Amino acid sequence: MNIQDYKITQISVFIENKKGRFYNVTKTMKDAGVNIRAMSLADTMDFGILRFVVDKPKEAYDALMDSDFIVKKNEVVAIAVKDESGGLSELLNTISNLDLNIEYMYTFVNALENKAVMLFKFEEIDEAIEKLSTANEELLKEEFFRKI
Amino acid sequence: MFWNKDRETMSREDIENLQIELLKEKIEYAYNNVPFYRKKFDDFGIDKSSIKTIEDIRKLPFTTKNDFRDNYPFGLFATDMKQIVRIHSSSGTTGKPTVVGYTKNDLETWTNLIARIAKAAGVTDEDIVHIAFGYGLFTGGFGLHYGLEKIGAAIVPASSGNTKRQIMLIKDYGATVLVCTPSYALHIAEVAKESGIDIAKDLKLRIGMFGAEPWSDQMRKKIEEELNIKAYDNYGLSEIMGPGFSGECEEQNGMHIAEDNFIAEIINPETDKPVKEGEYGELVITTLTKEALPVFRYRTRDITKISTKPCSCGRTFAKMSKPIGRTDDMLIIRGVNVFPSQIEEVLFNIEGVSPHYQIIVDRKGALDVATVMVEANANLFFDEMKKQKQFLDNINYELKSALGIDVSVKLVEPHTIERSMGKAKRIIDNRKF
Repeated sequence: MNIQDYKITQISVFIENKKGRFYNVTKTMKDAGVNIRAMSLADTMDFGILRFVVDKPKEAYDALMDSDFIVKKNEVVAIAVKDESGGLSELLNTISNLDLNIEYMYTFVNALENKAVMLFKFEEIDEAIEKLSTANEELLKEEFFRKI
Repeated sequence: MFWNKDRETMSREDIENLQIELLKEKIEYAYNNVPFYRKKFDDFGIDKSSIKTIEDIRKLPFTTKNDFRDNYPFGLFATDMKQIVRIHSSSGTTGKPTVVGYTKNDLETWTNLIARIAKAAGVTDEDIVHIAFGYGLFTGGFGLHYGLEKIGAAIVPASSGNTKRQIMLIKDYGATVLVCTPSYALHIAEVAKESGIDIAKDLKLRIGMFGAEPWSDQMRKKIEEELNIKAYDNYGLSEIMGPGFSGECEEQNGMHIAEDNFIAEIINPETDKPVKEGEYGELVITTLTKEALPVFRYRTRDITKISTKPCSCGRTFAKMSKPIGRTDDMLIIRGVNVFPSQIEEVLFNIEGVSPHYQIIVDRKGALDVATVMVEANANLFFDEMKKQKQFLDNINYELKSALGIDVSVKLVEPHTIERSMGKAKRIIDNRKF
């Protein structure tokens, strides 16, 4: 198994908590022909951190940089979970048993039949991918987000 | 490099004797020619015999900006208009402008004092000098212009405005010296980079002579790195002549005061008493050679300190530190005196912080709330909220230790803080008193 295949590029954008800023980000993505696959927003009183997984990460990154946004690229892991009661709980139990630290996570629903997809930012991504695949969790490859 | 080596290396004793001599002369001159001073000196019982030692200057009354306003426009002039060959004035944003006049000799003196500070900064007759100070009533443009021309440099009098065009001129004409405000120098660097200019390769700049607003050593470092130059500070104000009062030598740690033309004192602005040498206080200036407009003990409102310790450059003139603020810029936040320069120092010590910042003071209920807006960039942005908060908490902590009060830091998006062509607008005080 090639660990690199399971690293999903995520794009984070700093936005001030001001009217229209979120829209400007999505508009920039739209104009670059980028489709947003999954998204989360962490916010405070003053600012927010928008995180995206998109079909064309490079295009999205370049377009945002060109529009003077503050952008960072990093990597997350996508794990399929059963779309039923206890599905997430089971996965989190596994992660805890494997002693992996989650920095944050968010969901990505309706991607697979009867399954949801969770995106995780781990402290140690290589270790997480290795351990989780050994534990037979269903990890999705980056190419999955290109197609859908 | 020296311009008037004999003068610039006089012994401290000779400086003092010269100052006493000139001060007596000017007291008599002002008494005879300016009704305002005649009345003041009479009220205080001052004549030239009152001055025996340099400390005796403290017997003289202060002159303030209000005295200029009350005698608007020409009431403080000691000569008639026939002898006046130039007029400059302040912008007058807070009322009537402050008007100053120069005789032919005054311009000659001024030109030589600028030549001195330019030489001290290492400018030679081979340099091409781009002056981006506004030309007009402001003393910066014309002041620097004639002194630099005097030493034989080639002057590009670009004046202010249109930064892209300024950069084109700097590049195409091969400017080696840049003259402007320090905040505008940073703006030039920023715009140049944005337009794809490789500053180290495409520009020939080697020296910057910056003044007209207070700036910190951290800001100097930033300018030197960004523009690939040596940045020198100089100081002056129109009321006492303009730039040329003092300027830095190659040591870059204080500005030598032209003590053969001025007497500088540092006083406690609250008590009006002199402070000990090396302590911060308000700079008070007396002109010793001005003909058109002699000024005695002018309250500059700038806070600085002075040292007469010998300098490795050989100059014997006392050195003043970069002003850390103005008595009237001093913000009183929850009863604590805060200078914008203290905030700047903290910010510039943090790796990756952009030089553009603004301090906003509001009053919420009975409490003052200060917010420091800092432009975010990739270095200051962390994908994790935890790290982002930690980073901001860290700046807050540093600011609190430096200022003694809580201020909050707010990251804003790039280019949201207004850029200035002249003096940067660092403080927005929304409090109503």
